[in-house]
Amino acid sequence: MIKVEGISKRYARFTAVDNVSFEVAKGQIVGFLGPNGAGKTTTMRILTCFQPPSEGRASVAGFDVMDQPMEVKRRIGYLPETPPLYPDMEVGEYLEFAGKLKGLRGNDLAKRIEEVSGKINIGDVRTKLIAKLSKGYKQRVGLAQALLHNPDVLILDEPTSGLDPKQILETRELIKGLAGDHTIILSTHILPEVESTCERVVIISKGKLVATDTVDNLTNRMRGSENVGVEVEAREGTLDVSAVQRRLEQVAGVSKVILRDDKNNRANFEVESLQGRSIRADLARAIVEGGFALTELKSAGMSLEDVFLQLTSSDKTEEAKAEEIEKGEAA
Amino acid sequence: MSNILAIAQKELKSYFVSPIAYALLAIYALISGWFSLIAIANFIEMSMQGQGPADLNGYVIAPVVSNAGVLSLFLIPMITMRLFAEEKRSGTIELLITSPITDMEIILGKWLGAMGMYGCILGVKLFCLSFTFMFGNPDWRPLATAYLGMFLQGGALLAIGMFISNTTRNQIVAGATTFGMCLLFWTFDWATTFKADGWAKVLAYLSLTAHFNSFARGVIDTKDTVFFLSVIALGIFLTARSLESLRWRA
Repeated sequence: MIKVEGISKRYARFTAVDNVSFEVAKGQIVGFLGPNGAGKTTTMRILTCFQPPSEGRASVAGFDVMDQPMEVKRRIGYLPETPPLYPDMEVGEYLEFAGKLKGLRGNDLAKRIEEVSGKINIGDVRTKLIAKLSKGYKQRVGLAQALLHNPDVLILDEPTSGLDPKQILETRELIKGLAGDHTIILSTHILPEVESTCERVVIISKGKLVATDTVDNLTNRMRGSENVGVEVEAREGTLDVSAVQRRLEQVAGVSKVILRDDKNNRANFEVESLQGRSIRADLARAIVEGGFALTELKSAGMSLEDVFLQLTSSDKTEEAKAEEIEKGEAA
Repeated sequence: MSNILAIAQKELKSYFVSPIAYALLAIYALISGWFSLIAIANFIEMSMQGQGPADLNGYVIAPVVSNAGVLSLFLIPMITMRLFAEEKRSGTIELLITSPITDMEIILGKWLGAMGMYGCILGVKLFCLSFTFMFGNPDWRPLATAYLGMFLQGGALLAIGMFISNTTRNQIVAGATTFGMCLLFWTFDWATTFKADGWAKVLAYLSLTAHFNSFARGVIDTKDTVFFLSVIALGIFLTARSLESLRWRA
């Protein structure tokens, strides 16, 4: 449905989007994930024909955004980060105007406004001035505007930003309910949002594509090798740290043992397994059989949050960590 | 075409749902009424001095109409300053540009909406002048010509103002710049006071006063009509280019 091939957007002094490619199949919800300023909005603006890419091609439903913008615009509903509302208009008036812009007239227009108002639940504010609406309602009116012409593709730029927790949940449910009929791209920097609403995720950072995969695959991929935190104490006397370390290293399936902390006769290790090996039970037995006291054993599994941080963080240590994980995967 | 009308209708409406329209109409009614009062007082004075009533067209309609030109200088920036600057600031420009309509439809719609507002203002003046028809018997043709001139001149200034509004997201900047440009265009013919040829002549030709005067006198001059139409086209063309450049810069 959506095909993006190597698009870049360059300004005089910086590159907002750098050679990004991805595809979205019909009916999917795709989360467009990245820190603020990563180039999410720019990419969305390219897809909505608001601005052309400096390089590369993008197409929606087979129509190129540069060559056939009218066809693309007819098939896209777009909700920008700040809903494009006229505060002086009443909700009904606004929807009528937005519908006219999208080529709806007369009975069709009235019917669509009726349908969408019901779906989005804004029927009760039809005669209210937009300026007087709460933020949640404003967002919904913005969404209604995007849905009016029943577009194949919905592009939502941070649809839940600035809403309260209840409104966020409602909006997410609403978006989930729209999938299937519409192909949806939504951008966000909130990770749980992607985990709870999207099937696929496209991660970009500093204008570059970092990863694109299904949400499940991505977390699994990063979980391939297990990281286990182990805390060991001496039963009596002083703890022989190096003895513990040697013992841990001898456990089958362990690829690396790192001493994190050692004080008051208590040592913290981080143990990394080989790809696809479960080592926690063996670690526990080895420690106990070695005559040490095992005080803590926890799996340092990764949530999408960790994945995201590792993929996008420019912090040196984080990058090093990501490298380690990659090496673990390769081994 | 129906897209253009949809936008024009929304523009015109947005003047009337905000205080802008009422403020402009009230100010104009007040000043226009004052001008008419002076003109009529002057007419009465002249009639008393001469034999019988003086020329109603010459003493009332002509001065009121030529003052209208000056007045529009102040009002046009207030009409155009919000046209694009407001949409850019509030982000609603994204709705317009990502809708399946052409840039030209957006621009023409906005210009027509502004013309509508300007038309309402001119209507107020017509109301003042209607009293001369009620109590006197002036020739309506010079008045019709003057109105055509005012529409053409207003359309030209509105097109320029619309372009200026498209170059900024700040309404005050747009308004102030437009006012400056209106004033300049108005006074370009002053160049001829110290130089009668060369660039001074070119500048003087660009002066709106010179082109409007023939209409105010009741003459429809093709040259002047073409001049105003070209300025309108230029303003619309510049707006289109500026809107397009927004896509590359934004």
